[in-house]
Amino acid sequence: MMASSYNAKEEDGHHSGSSSHGGPGAIKSKKPDNTAFKQQRLPAWQPILTAGTVLPAFFVIGLIFIPIGIGLFVTSNNIKEFEIDYTGVEIDSPCYICAKNFSWNSTTSCVCSVNFTLDQPFESNVYMYYGLSNFYQNHRRYVKSRDDSQLNGVESNLKQPSKECEPYRTSDGLPIAPCGAIANSLFNDTLELFHINQNGTKQRVNVTKKGIAWWTDKHVKFRNPGGSSNLSVAFQGTAKPVNWRKAVYDLDPEDPENNGFINEDFIVWMRTAALPTFRKLYRIIQKKPNSTPTLSSGRYVMEITYNYPVLSFDGRKRMILSTISWMGGKNPFLGIAYITVGSICFFLGVVLLVIHHKYDTRTNSAEIPN
Amino acid sequence: MQCAGEENWVDSRTVYIGHKEPPPGADAFIQQRFPDNRVVSSKYTFWNFIPKNMFEQFRRVANFYFLIIFLVQLIIDTPTSPVTSGLPLFFVIIVTAIKQGYEDWLRHKADKAVNQCPVSVIQRGKKIKKESFRITVGDVVFVKEDETFACDLILLSSSRDDGTCFVTTASLDGESSHKTYYAVQDTKAFRTEEEVDSIHATIECEQPQPDLYKFVGRINIYMDNEAVARPLGSENVLLRGATLKNTEFIYAVAIYTGMETKMALNYQSKSQKRSAVEKSMNSYLVVYLCILISKALINTVLKYIWQADPNKDEPWYNERTEAQRQRHILIRAFTDFLAFMVLFNYIIPVSMYVTVEMQKFLGSYFIMWDDDMYDEELGEGAVVNTSDLNEELGQVEYVFTDKTGTLTENNMEFIECCVDGHVYVPDAICNGQVLSGAAAMDMIDTSPGPGGREREELFFRALCLCHTVQVKEEETVDGIKHGIHQGKSASFYISSSPDEVALVEGMKKLGFTYLRLKDGQMEILNREDEIERFELLEVLSFDSVRRRMSVIVRAASGDIFLFCKGADSSILPRVISGKVDEVKARVEHNAVEGLRTLCVAYRPLSPEQHQEVCRLLSGAKLALQDRDKRLSEAYELVEKDLILLGATAVEDRLQEQAADTIESLHKAGMKVWVLTGDKMETAAATCYASRLFRRNTQILELTTKRVEEQNLHDVLFDLSRTVLRHHGSMTRDNCSSLSNDCTDYGLIIDGATLSAVMRPPQEDLNSGSYKEIFLEICRNCSAVLCCRMAPLQKAQIVKMIKASKEHPITLAIGDGANDVSMILEAHVGIGIMGKEGRQAVRNSDYAIPKFKHLKKMLLVHGHYYYIRISELVQYFFYKNVCFIFPQFLYQFFCGFSQQPLYDTAYLTLYNISFTSLPILVYSLMEQHINMDILKKDPSLYKDVAKNSLLRWPTFIYWTVLGVYNAIVMFFGTYFLFDNTTFTSNGQMFGNWTFGTLVFTVLVFTVTFKLVLDTHYWTWINHFVIWGSLVFFVLFSLLWGGIIWPFLNYQRMYYVFMQMLSSGPAWLSIILLITASLLPDVVKKVIWRALWPTITERIQSADKLYKGQLSEFTPLASLHAPSKAGGRRRGSENQSNPRRSAAFSKKLMFTRWQRKPDYCTFTPLLRFVDGHSPHHNAYGGAEPETCV
Repeated sequence: MMASSYNAKEEDGHHSGSSSHGGPGAIKSKKPDNTAFKQQRLPAWQPILTAGTVLPAFFVIGLIFIPIGIGLFVTSNNIKEFEIDYTGVEIDSPCYICAKNFSWNSTTSCVCSVNFTLDQPFESNVYMYYGLSNFYQNHRRYVKSRDDSQLNGVESNLKQPSKECEPYRTSDGLPIAPCGAIANSLFNDTLELFHINQNGTKQRVNVTKKGIAWWTDKHVKFRNPGGSSNLSVAFQGTAKPVNWRKAVYDLDPEDPENNGFINEDFIVWMRTAALPTFRKLYRIIQKKPNSTPTLSSGRYVMEITYNYPVLSFDGRKRMILSTISWMGGKNPFLGIAYITVGSICFFLGVVLLVIHHKYDTRTNSAEIPN
Repeated sequence: MQCAGEENWVDSRTVYIGHKEPPPGADAFIQQRFPDNRVVSSKYTFWNFIPKNMFEQFRRVANFYFLIIFLVQLIIDTPTSPVTSGLPLFFVIIVTAIKQGYEDWLRHKADKAVNQCPVSVIQRGKKIKKESFRITVGDVVFVKEDETFACDLILLSSSRDDGTCFVTTASLDGESSHKTYYAVQDTKAFRTEEEVDSIHATIECEQPQPDLYKFVGRINIYMDNEAVARPLGSENVLLRGATLKNTEFIYAVAIYTGMETKMALNYQSKSQKRSAVEKSMNSYLVVYLCILISKALINTVLKYIWQADPNKDEPWYNERTEAQRQRHILIRAFTDFLAFMVLFNYIIPVSMYVTVEMQKFLGSYFIMWDDDMYDEELGEGAVVNTSDLNEELGQVEYVFTDKTGTLTENNMEFIECCVDGHVYVPDAICNGQVLSGAAAMDMIDTSPGPGGREREELFFRALCLCHTVQVKEEETVDGIKHGIHQGKSASFYISSSPDEVALVEGMKKLGFTYLRLKDGQMEILNREDEIERFELLEVLSFDSVRRRMSVIVRAASGDIFLFCKGADSSILPRVISGKVDEVKARVEHNAVEGLRTLCVAYRPLSPEQHQEVCRLLSGAKLALQDRDKRLSEAYELVEKDLILLGATAVEDRLQEQAADTIESLHKAGMKVWVLTGDKMETAAATCYASRLFRRNTQILELTTKRVEEQNLHDVLFDLSRTVLRHHGSMTRDNCSSLSNDCTDYGLIIDGATLSAVMRPPQEDLNSGSYKEIFLEICRNCSAVLCCRMAPLQKAQIVKMIKASKEHPITLAIGDGANDVSMILEAHVGIGIMGKEGRQAVRNSDYAIPKFKHLKKMLLVHGHYYYIRISELVQYFFYKNVCFIFPQFLYQFFCGFSQQPLYDTAYLTLYNISFTSLPILVYSLMEQHINMDILKKDPSLYKDVAKNSLLRWPTFIYWTVLGVYNAIVMFFGTYFLFDNTTFTSNGQMFGNWTFGTLVFTVLVFTVTFKLVLDTHYWTWINHFVIWGSLVFFVLFSLLWGGIIWPFLNYQRMYYVFMQMLSSGPAWLSIILLITASLLPDVVKKVIWRALWPTITERIQSADKLYKGQLSEFTPLASLHAPSKAGGRRRGSENQSNPRRSAAFSKKLMFTRWQRKPDYCTFTPLLRFVDGHSPHHNAYGGAEPETCV
């Protein structure tokens, strides 16, 4: 279509009667250049996929994938993971009462403790996750209900949060900081882990709350507003999210580096999960310098400050303890998938070998018409 | 006085020369309004450009669709920002607008140059310079030599005494010959400004018409208050765009100006042709639109089912705003539906249209650049007028070709003439050689009796006089006479009909030289070197209906003769005496030899008869209405009672490689029809020479002669029975490929019979089915020759075949104005840059210098472009399925909330920059088979015939592959993310990492899919393919590496880097890509091994012989019965002969095969084994026989 219009232009040239045609120069210039590109004869590599050429590739893929798969599978199996559901749906569950009596207005928080036993000791660092099920963090209305500029400490957005935050934008005429549904629904259960010694005493397991959020998030993407060290001043004129019990500048009063928008629990929560069943990193139990396991086998108790209601949407809350390898947490999928694909490739390689021997040679050479 | 006063004047205009009122008593002076001489070829003005251009652009369905999507995004709350669809759309719109604006600006410039060029106009007896656009109808214009006419003019007088002027119309129709135009007899004496200004006359003429060669008008000249009416014909009209030559100056009056000139009326865009690929593309679009709508519907319904539980609809953590809650449920549902539509709309990408258009536009350059299609002689290569049809060249099933000038060179050579049965051969006389063909006949008799001698000379004079040839002078008027006299070729003949030139030149060899036409006197140099003068009284010009022309001359002796020459069928019935039988025998003999024959006859006219003739003719010429009809009636009356003199034979050589080309087209499975105006015998001989018919072709005739014997009905049924019986026996007996009996059929039909066949059904009996029977016969004939065709009939035939039930793709090729109708009618029209002007070329979609270039055009370019564009179309749909289907699946995991899986930037750029260039380059560069092999082995064309790569199974395969890839990508990532971490520091990834991972796999997978499909890896392919992947990675790094201040979200910040820092992410990317591509590779490999198409066989063989395959001529041995395994791939009627002993059994299952062509059949491997190659392989050119 374009070419036609260009030619129309040429005809216009004739139209005017001013175009020169027929001159020897014009004729000469019409002769196409004899270049490889214009004559479509550029040197080219012309591979063909035949059974013969693909065969080795299949075997190689098979031979590489199967060991990788086995390696991944073994690694995944070596990872220790312990998961406990503390939602409190069942009557015998220790948190049943807390779950049932939950009220947004109660000022005192309900505490429950869950006992569990680790059969095997957890070596190296142990990562403590909380997990939620049936919680749609990836719902569109939820995902976009945030103001990244506000979270980045932009003053104007602190006072004038983005419209995306509706209906969690203002409270009693004051702008909410941090605004939006995600911030509003910040997970606020407190999980504390105690080891029960042989003598029955509870010993708190030391946890760190640093390093649970992405470094870039904590240091670049999230920033507290204002230069002043006093966060309560910086957040003056804003309201706390309606479902929060404390203001944003009280998230971690002990550590100014972990308070306000740069509170790591908050940052972790703000990274919306991909699927409705998810887990988020809560605490890290650092490996002890000596050779004792990070978490030795034995009895433990987890004390929960039960603040977060999930029963209304049939949700579940879990606490997960997991060690980590280079490939992350326990997930046999990748290993199995590698083994499967590798085996299929290997099998197909054999099939192709048969086909190659039976057919390919024939089509290429044995066909002699007399 | 007003001889035609009773005629209806509604369709005419009156022009007052010099704007002078007619004298009282004549018609009332009514000043009509005419447009000025401004030519506007531009489409837009400065003010209306934006609205008009936008309107034009959004009229296209695709653009409109994207505009709607964009508006929906603007109005309602949609998952993706309007930018994602707005940006590409406006990019496309703006680029197109800029392009069109620039073109229009060029047009404006050209228009301005034309409109402002100075023209001399006579006003009040003075020459005044005016800008061209100020000329109005009625102005008297003064034109000097080599100037171009600014509007359509009536010639009043010229610097030449005889009132003629010469004009070249090269820019109108490409004919560079000088044509003579005549001034009005009564005004030719007015040669100064004052004199011209004193002319008092009105012109009545028809309203503007686009036909360049037709004009009817009348001039009323008022002298001494008495009006004289003179006829005006096309010989008086100087057309805008033509150039004055060999004439010092002329005076002429403007009759049509500006946009009403014949040239402007001819300057119109042709109707858009759409290719078969475009049609399949549109039907795929409809399918995808349905998929899109159903996806949106399914999701909307599921959403509302899922939301029925208020805790899912509005859990405490994710509440609606009050305004959203207030909205009516139906509005909400509709908005949701639209939102889903927007979310999935990328399945029909804007960029597909852009890419397809770019591919076509850029691809057409390869046709224009092709060195093989460049003709040194003409100095021209192929021309592409419409790039829309590139791929259609690979789909042609029927080729309709003109004979003269297309198959043949249209370079006529006088061979012989025959007077009363005595044969004269110029060469035989000149060189004393006797031609063998003539020797078989009785006589070359140079000394007939005295009576014979007289008739012989009359015959020669007749040929010297009865023509419209012009003498082109070398330098001055004196020079020619001299030149001809000296026997030097200082002058040469020019005519629009090469036959006439050949005849006049032939006569020169036989002793009679036509010198020139001067002052109405034709001068002939006879054998005794005496100049004979004949006064030219009338020319009854040639037309294709009468198929003859005549002149009426008065000899010096005062005798008046009418000389008539024409086709035998149109002369012989009008002959009353002469040696009809001898001449007829000779004519038929010559016709069989493939010569073009003409009969020559004369009629002596008595002065009374001449008076009568003059009255008849001038009566007809003065008519304003139906002049043509009246003229032909008059001609009919005049050209009668002829006395036959003799006949001539002119040879038209076959074009170089015409036979080879036709053979290739046949082998490529195309049916070749020759449509010609020539007579049956001549045409049939050409057909044999060009191997359209072979020796073993059984000829079926459907001609007037045969129809006269039986009636049409019986003949048709007879033929169809023959053909069908043959066909039936073929299928039954499987016609062993070794037997020679399988003949193919050739049909000859002539114009008269054809119109009888095409006639709308009568009420009696079942004649209504003639057309179907005829079509049925044609379908079973490999070659059809239609002779005695009128131009319109040619188009009718093409139309008929187009409308037949298979809807085959047709191609028409021709060189003359008489082929234009068929060129316009056919799916693909090809013009040959022949000798008959440029009309065919201007109206064609493609133009090539010679018929032989058709071979490369179809077999190579057509094949390539079909392969390329079909892959392009399929791939585009495929990659968008891969792109959008994961997003669809994601809805099931995000509560049907229209949450996009990918980031906005990815959504926008996926089709624009990450995956667009590789496929574009593929669709420009791909060569699945070497060019030379394609040319050598035409049957490869059948592999792509009937749109085979865009059939539904292929389309479904691609779509299924896309869905499979999408599922692998989505669920692969899903299981990887499934409630665990895959980083080594325990941190978790969010939904954007999920989408980015899917997207990364997606980009790599679709690019690698193209890698697998590319057979021709030039450095450009490498650069673009690896380049886009690198670009994707770099872009992702950059996009995630910076907090973009202009964005109100920073969701992608460091997402890509974090993903790459995780080992399992890398592993899963590799795994998912492998798993996605695996089935396609396996399918390809297994299909190639078990059921290879011919294409794949050739590829393998080419590989085996390291690209040397093209040097072995025969490739037929590779054409194994690919259907033997029970699978039928590729072409349906594969008819290549195979005689492999190993496969003879399998051959039994194949359909009947045609008679093997032994010369195509040199076994490849024998050659490879060291035996000497066959020398009669078909590539070796057999002499281009000219009978």
